[in-house]
Amino acid sequence: MVFRTRGLCKTYVVGEVRIEALRGVDLELYAGELVVLLGASGSGKSTLLNILGGLDTPTAGEVHYFEHDLGHADDRELTRFRREHVGFVFQFYNLIASLTARENVAIVTEIASRPLTPERALALVGLTGRADHFPSQLSGGEQQRVAIARAIAKNPDVLLCDEPTGALDSQTGLLVLEALDRVNHELGTTTVVITHNVVIAGMADRVIHLSDGRITGIKRNLERRPVQELKW
Amino acid sequence: MVGLHMLDRKWLRELWHIRGQALAIAMVIAGGIATWILSYSTIDSLNYTQAGFYRSTHFADVFAGLKRAPLAVAERIRGIPGVARVDARVAAPVNLEVPGFGEPVSGLLLTLPQSPGAPNQLYLRRGRLPAADEDSTVAVNESFADAQHLKPGNTLYATISGKRKLLTIAGVVLSPEFVYLIRPGDFFPDYKRFGVLWMNRRPLQAAYGMDGAFNDVVLKLAPGAAPSAVIARLDAVLAHWGGTGAITRADQTSHHYLMDETRQLQTQAMIVPVIFLGVAAFLLNVVVSRLIHRQRMSIAILKAFGYGNLSIALHYLKLVTGIVLVGGVIGIAAGAWLAHGLSNIYAEFFRYPYMHYVLKPGVALTGLIASALAAYAGTLASVLRAARLPPAQAMYPETPPVFHETLLERAGFKRLLSQAGRMILRHIARQPLKSALTLLGVALACAIVTLSGLFHDAVNYMIDVQFNRMRHADLTVTFTDTASSRAIAELKSLPSVVGVEPLRAVPVLLRNEYRSYRTALQGYVPGGRLNELLNVDLHSIRLPRDGVLLTDYLAARLGVAAGDRLQVDVLAGARRKFSIPVAGVIKEYAGANAYMSLAAMQRVLPEDPGISGAFLRVQPGTLEQVYAELKRRPKVAGVTIRAVAIHSFHELMAQNILIYATVMLIMAGTIAIGVVYNSTRIALSERAFELATLRVLGLTHREIAYILLGESALLTLLAIPAGFAIGYGFAAYLAQALASALYRVPLVLEAPTFARAALVVLAAATVSSVYVYQRLGRLDLVAVLKVRE
Repeated sequence: MVFRTRGLCKTYVVGEVRIEALRGVDLELYAGELVVLLGASGSGKSTLLNILGGLDTPTAGEVHYFEHDLGHADDRELTRFRREHVGFVFQFYNLIASLTARENVAIVTEIASRPLTPERALALVGLTGRADHFPSQLSGGEQQRVAIARAIAKNPDVLLCDEPTGALDSQTGLLVLEALDRVNHELGTTTVVITHNVVIAGMADRVIHLSDGRITGIKRNLERRPVQELKW
Repeated sequence: MVGLHMLDRKWLRELWHIRGQALAIAMVIAGGIATWILSYSTIDSLNYTQAGFYRSTHFADVFAGLKRAPLAVAERIRGIPGVARVDARVAAPVNLEVPGFGEPVSGLLLTLPQSPGAPNQLYLRRGRLPAADEDSTVAVNESFADAQHLKPGNTLYATISGKRKLLTIAGVVLSPEFVYLIRPGDFFPDYKRFGVLWMNRRPLQAAYGMDGAFNDVVLKLAPGAAPSAVIARLDAVLAHWGGTGAITRADQTSHHYLMDETRQLQTQAMIVPVIFLGVAAFLLNVVVSRLIHRQRMSIAILKAFGYGNLSIALHYLKLVTGIVLVGGVIGIAAGAWLAHGLSNIYAEFFRYPYMHYVLKPGVALTGLIASALAAYAGTLASVLRAARLPPAQAMYPETPPVFHETLLERAGFKRLLSQAGRMILRHIARQPLKSALTLLGVALACAIVTLSGLFHDAVNYMIDVQFNRMRHADLTVTFTDTASSRAIAELKSLPSVVGVEPLRAVPVLLRNEYRSYRTALQGYVPGGRLNELLNVDLHSIRLPRDGVLLTDYLAARLGVAAGDRLQVDVLAGARRKFSIPVAGVIKEYAGANAYMSLAAMQRVLPEDPGISGAFLRVQPGTLEQVYAELKRRPKVAGVTIRAVAIHSFHELMAQNILIYATVMLIMAGTIAIGVVYNSTRIALSERAFELATLRVLGLTHREIAYILLGESALLTLLAIPAGFAIGYGFAAYLAQALASALYRVPLVLEAPTFARAALVVLAAATVSSVYVYQRLGRLDLVAVLKVRE
């Protein structure tokens, strides 16, 4: 078991408004699986991902990564956790504009303990020929695939993807999902994908539904559908 | 905010939101306005005070010295057309003994103004003027009285023509003739060791052997009279009586120094405010461009609602005006306060009875307008771009910035650089103008500190050259009248005196075609060890057998070089005229003199082979003894002691330089912090998204700080040598602009000055960086995942 949460709650206070983003989430994630977190906006899926990724801490409840208690870790420990174990893929790619594709990957491999080479990571997402291009010279889909290469290049234990196709058209989105699928298969990286796109659920081992800060259902796919068959 | 226009609320809130940066910029503007006011209101105050003091004391227009003339000659002078009032005086050099003060003090004893309408009236500060029938009471000048703690009723001894006389102080006075009081030949005033005293004519003429005669005359001219015409007539009258040539106010020592000080203020008046305002314009450009960039969406919405281009432009200009006004208020207050303080220092330094502080509204207003213009110039381009932004386009986020590999990387250094290093270089290269201006801003701060070291370093250098390399004599003696070579033998026979070299000084007018200069032609012994002359490379130079050596400043002023010939009109004795070759040019930082060998001088002036003074070297530890001995000799007019001169020099410089350096440090610090803080703060705002992303990817606080602060650190490090160069340039300009016949500031900047400049910049950069570093720790990582820049 990679992640385990018990009674996870998160409350934000914004001005005079109290927002209960998570209201008691119990969850287990297992090594090597690809999980899709499905939910409408405001359902709490991003908050859950942030806590799993060590970007945020819960207001109440427990969250463990193997034997590490992430719920009570300080900033230094969380930084180390992210540095050593987590790969992130963002909705808007978040590439560093001043670095080429290869360098965007290298900035992460420079600080990792057992990284892939940037070239290998880019090859995994099918971008070998674009390694020396700057983000402003790449299409949206290409930028997102560089982001995936960057996320996996440190050879993380988990890959957390927040709406990875949210800013892309469906055809480009499929290319990105293919890259994720391939990484999950070839490297065995535990992968969590957040989306509100129900179609994407088809490629997962398990699909977790969130609504109003609670898990409303967990479904195990008997068989993962190949990405090429997905359509939206 | 009730009743405020909606857009007005918006800019006020925005101003509050960027208050840290706005305040930093306002402080830079305040620095500009404050220094502007400081310079110009001090100049105004000095001029105003001077004019008032001169008027109320009937400060003379023409001054002349002579050997001796019967008082009847004064009547002839009164008859010269254009002369309104005349005071024919006796001026006697004296040695003074102040009870309880063991060191040598010299002085000038003058007759009191002859009538209430006579030129150069005294301004009474304390006590009273000597009554008409008093023979041993004097009035003393205030700077001397203050330095020696002398009060009315105190006594002191004066040795006049060898006769020791007890004098009682009746009053303490100020004179327009000695607003700036300096002993002839000195660099700097020494109030403790040089005083001016006034007494009744009867006792002074008796003591000095001037019965029914005078040896100094001052004239007040009628309105509209031409000084040159009066001087020509006056010189003709006095030629027969040993006149040494009349001068106007422009050549009168005190007035000349005052004018020089004003000129110096005027020279510096523009430099610093212009730097401040230039930096402010740049900072506003950076901050406002960034603000507008962030508000593209709001601008689009406002335009979509129907706000016109003009109201959008005005909106941002109001924000800028707000910052200028905050800076203006602080700057005017600080400038007036500082200028008031500076005027009082001046009133103390120069002896004015009062200081009329003037802050003309025009000066404050010009400063404010100049600041506003600089601010608008800095921001107009971005404001216009905002105003012209089509609403639809503004709704879309701007396309991602385009980066390229830098020249340095393409040149093969890429492999040596980490990804963070590449980011730093590419960011600097992407906006070369902005990077260059940031660098320039920091460099200017560094330059100001470098420049501020000039006076300290130059003065130390001048002391070194003047007292260590040139003047080796322990004592310099001047005689009341030219003496024969017997005087030298007499000095040599004094116990403890180990070396004596004679000197002679003759007043002359040097001429080369239409150029002329009045100075003293000095005769030394060639190869003398007690007062060396140095060539322009500061190597010892031997006086030639024939011909003169000229101070470099004088040679330039007369337009002559080695090998040329010069006309010499002697202004004393038989008033001979002769021509002489220029043998070479020497380096001197004070005065503008001509030197020749004593033997050659005696050849051209055979009728008067005397000497006018001597350089003395004494056995260590016997200075006081020798001095006491010299003071008793009637023919000795004055004695200068080298060690005392060096000491008083340092004393005076130490305090002045401290104040000056502190003010400069504050200014430079304001600029450096303003530039570094604003540029890193803007970089943080521009790159928060990217840096937070890197944090999410696992980079530590320190690693992203390196990426962000590395850029300003690199620019700061590059700015330091640039600042040294600019500071050196300013110093060269200032040294050039300040050069006068009285003194030349050598262009000398020592290593500690550069070190201090670098330290100030590094300290300012560190303070700003620590602040931004702490802000980096509060980056919101969660927001990064959702918000698109």
